[in-house]
Amino acid sequence: MQTLRADIAIVGGGGAGLRAAIAAASANPELSIVLISKVYPMRSHTVAAEGGAAGVVGEGDSIDKHFADTVSGGDWLCDQDVVQFFVEHAAEEMYQLERWGCPWSRKGDGNVDVRRFGGMSEPRTWFAADKTGFHLLHTLFQTSLKHASIARLDEHLALELVVHDDRVAGVLTYNQRDGYPVLVEAGAVIMATGGAGRIYAQNTNGAIVTGDGMAMAYRAGVALRDMEFVQYHPTGLPGSGILITEGCRGEGGVLLNKDGHRYLADYGLGPETPIGEPKNKYMELGPRDRLSQAFWHEQRKGSTISTPRGDAVHLDLRHLGAAYLHERLPLICELAEKYLGVDPATEPIPVCPTAHYTMGGIETDVTTATGLPGLYAVGECASSGLHGANRLGSNSLAELVVLGKVAGEQAAAFAWSEPTGPSVAVRTAAQDTGARLVSMMGRGTEKPALIRAELGRTMDDGVGIFRTAEGMAATAAKVAELKERYADVQVVDTCPVYNTDWAGVVELGAMLDVAQAMVHSAIGREESRGSHQRLDGFTERDDDRFLAHSRAWFRTEGAPTISYAPVAITTSQPARRAYGAAGAAATAPPSAAAPGASAPEGASR
Amino acid sequence: MSEECADSANCCGSCDGAGDRGSGAVLGTIRLQVQRYRPDLDTAPSVQEYDVPWGQDTSVLDALTWIKDELDPSLTFRWSCRMAICGSCGFMLNGVPKLGCEQFVRDYAPGPLLVEPLENFSVERDLVVDLEPFMSRLAAVKPFVVADDVPLAGPGNLQTPEQMLAFHDYAMCINCLLCYSACPQVGIAADFLGPAAVTAAVRYNRDSRDHGEDLRLPVLDSEAGLWACTFVGACSTACPKGVDPAAAIQQAKAAAAKAWAGEFVLPRHGAVR
Repeated sequence: MQTLRADIAIVGGGGAGLRAAIAAASANPELSIVLISKVYPMRSHTVAAEGGAAGVVGEGDSIDKHFADTVSGGDWLCDQDVVQFFVEHAAEEMYQLERWGCPWSRKGDGNVDVRRFGGMSEPRTWFAADKTGFHLLHTLFQTSLKHASIARLDEHLALELVVHDDRVAGVLTYNQRDGYPVLVEAGAVIMATGGAGRIYAQNTNGAIVTGDGMAMAYRAGVALRDMEFVQYHPTGLPGSGILITEGCRGEGGVLLNKDGHRYLADYGLGPETPIGEPKNKYMELGPRDRLSQAFWHEQRKGSTISTPRGDAVHLDLRHLGAAYLHERLPLICELAEKYLGVDPATEPIPVCPTAHYTMGGIETDVTTATGLPGLYAVGECASSGLHGANRLGSNSLAELVVLGKVAGEQAAAFAWSEPTGPSVAVRTAAQDTGARLVSMMGRGTEKPALIRAELGRTMDDGVGIFRTAEGMAATAAKVAELKERYADVQVVDTCPVYNTDWAGVVELGAMLDVAQAMVHSAIGREESRGSHQRLDGFTERDDDRFLAHSRAWFRTEGAPTISYAPVAITTSQPARRAYGAAGAAATAPPSAAAPGASAPEGASR
Repeated sequence: MSEECADSANCCGSCDGAGDRGSGAVLGTIRLQVQRYRPDLDTAPSVQEYDVPWGQDTSVLDALTWIKDELDPSLTFRWSCRMAICGSCGFMLNGVPKLGCEQFVRDYAPGPLLVEPLENFSVERDLVVDLEPFMSRLAAVKPFVVADDVPLAGPGNLQTPEQMLAFHDYAMCINCLLCYSACPQVGIAADFLGPAAVTAAVRYNRDSRDHGEDLRLPVLDSEAGLWACTFVGACSTACPKGVDPAAAIQQAKAAAAKAWAGEFVLPRHGAVR
């Protein structure tokens, strides 16, 4: 085992980790920063984000509106102090990215343009065509090369956090290129490892999105919060799950069932808006949870379209025309053509809901600090309290940079004020953990591919768009069984370098731990809120019992302990969450909310 | 296991195999000839053959993940996004550099299909090549906006559509490095910066927000920099994202020649344009 020392270790080289690294390096150039990534940073899954990043700039828009949209979008499970901080700082981070060279799409006069997005009351989503995540990631990665104090450990798989004297002491990693464990001793560690979408069989996520950082923090005794809230993106490609951005609907795309009917009007999102006149928070621009749930109902009614790749509805973009599509949605045109043989200018794209995003994660406060001194978490791996029970599209890319900067600055301050020295105990513990994990190479009998596939299926079945106690119990039992089998998991490959068989098994271990936290958090929540919807007598939101964050605590044996913590409510008391005409009526001043007045307005503006 | 197709992405749910792989009709079986190399045991690479069932949507990457899950977990390759944006899964397919995730087995049927690591790179293991030389070349061209520190307040830079157009296509590079495999000069001139790194430099040079051309010039304007390029244009043919590195290199050559001519008139080429 090699040992390196650093002031700050950052695990994950996606948008959040890179922004944190740049912030830490800028805050204090004397600090040594090690950026650990299991892939080269520009491969991180931020790269696949398409639609955009929210930040209030438009005339008529305000941070109060962004706040209100986010809090109601999250079904009042958002920590409002965090939301307030976020909306106040989002636009300045977008401008910061602009200064670093991000090629934001612009208007003819040279100013940055914004587009409509689901659940947002105003156009406020900054975009770089439909490759926003790609440009954001490459801009941040290339900008990070300016900073000599950022050292990178590329293709180093993080294995476990090392804790000593009740504070974080470093991260144990494995150098895939050279084939040995590397301990990074650091008094401040930032987790920025992204989500865990690969736990589900059909998902929009890349192979690397396996919940590693969540699992490491969880096993180190930090709570995973709100893990029952998993977002299904309403428009993935059936079969592959490849993401078709919400930007399609922001630009005016419509969803049709097998009869060519815009069915969202039947699910509290109407009245129908005219084709070519998308309207914020109506119809296709409703929030993701509601759209995915509407699909589920349509499927039950037999109104979806049967395709060789699975049931789907049609995303119709034809009225936008080929030229506009190629300007605003070039990647979507490319993906539809390559993976389906469909030209969106002449044919609708078949789409269906696909597991996409984990609202929950490592519990942090507004400073990105976790309960473990020295450990920070940011991005999808964290539960900052921003997204509540349902994230609004384009809030997460913005979160990466807003809170990424905070994480870097906080870790820098902590590392400066509370430095740590080398520790024999830390090195011994890391050595033992490394030896234990490396010894898995060439052992075991249970095929990891089967465990992974069975995990995906049971998560889709039991903790999908709609849930029942019975279904969740079956999934909990299945996950427990898979964990038992995992104790004898097979690693055929014995090669020390680029042992991706072994790395996949380490990742599978993380997926199983995170899955267990998800299903048990879901079982405990006896209500329906945001993306957690139950069919078994708990079909309504229950603020008396569950206006609370769930917290899952790891136990070596058996299911996690679940407890609850209060939600930070500052200015927005829980109210009915409504979209379309009902939403307009709920938020309009009393005189304008008269029946009959709101519906036509909703249909025509 | 032999009757499922290798379509890892698209599942019809009708097979009893490893769950998320499987899909509609198996249309055939293709023989993949995959180059193997294990550095701690092998003295030289060898080719191993696998028969892979495939369906309409089976990508070459799906075929490889099927082999890894069903036949041989030791087969080693990089992949992630499966939608041609992360740049991880470049391979030589029948001798041509391609992204495995956006190439379909049906187009190579009945086979055999030869899968090798990207050319012009040293091989670390199986299909995994050494990216470090590229990473240092990328860093060398200073691929970031060089500008005076401007306070964040205010509306940001303006950029007209024409100014955007000047660099926009060059910002589309996903660093998949297919262009390095296609380029004959990368194979000959060991120190050549190569298409993607030069393109990154030109991308910033042509961005109206940047004032770093002066800093990048010494790196570009050297034998190993730009001038190793003989304008074969294979890089632009290979690029899966339409970036046209060959055009970027030509523009950089023209700019470097102009800067060289400017030396005779001005004491030094200024950073301010």
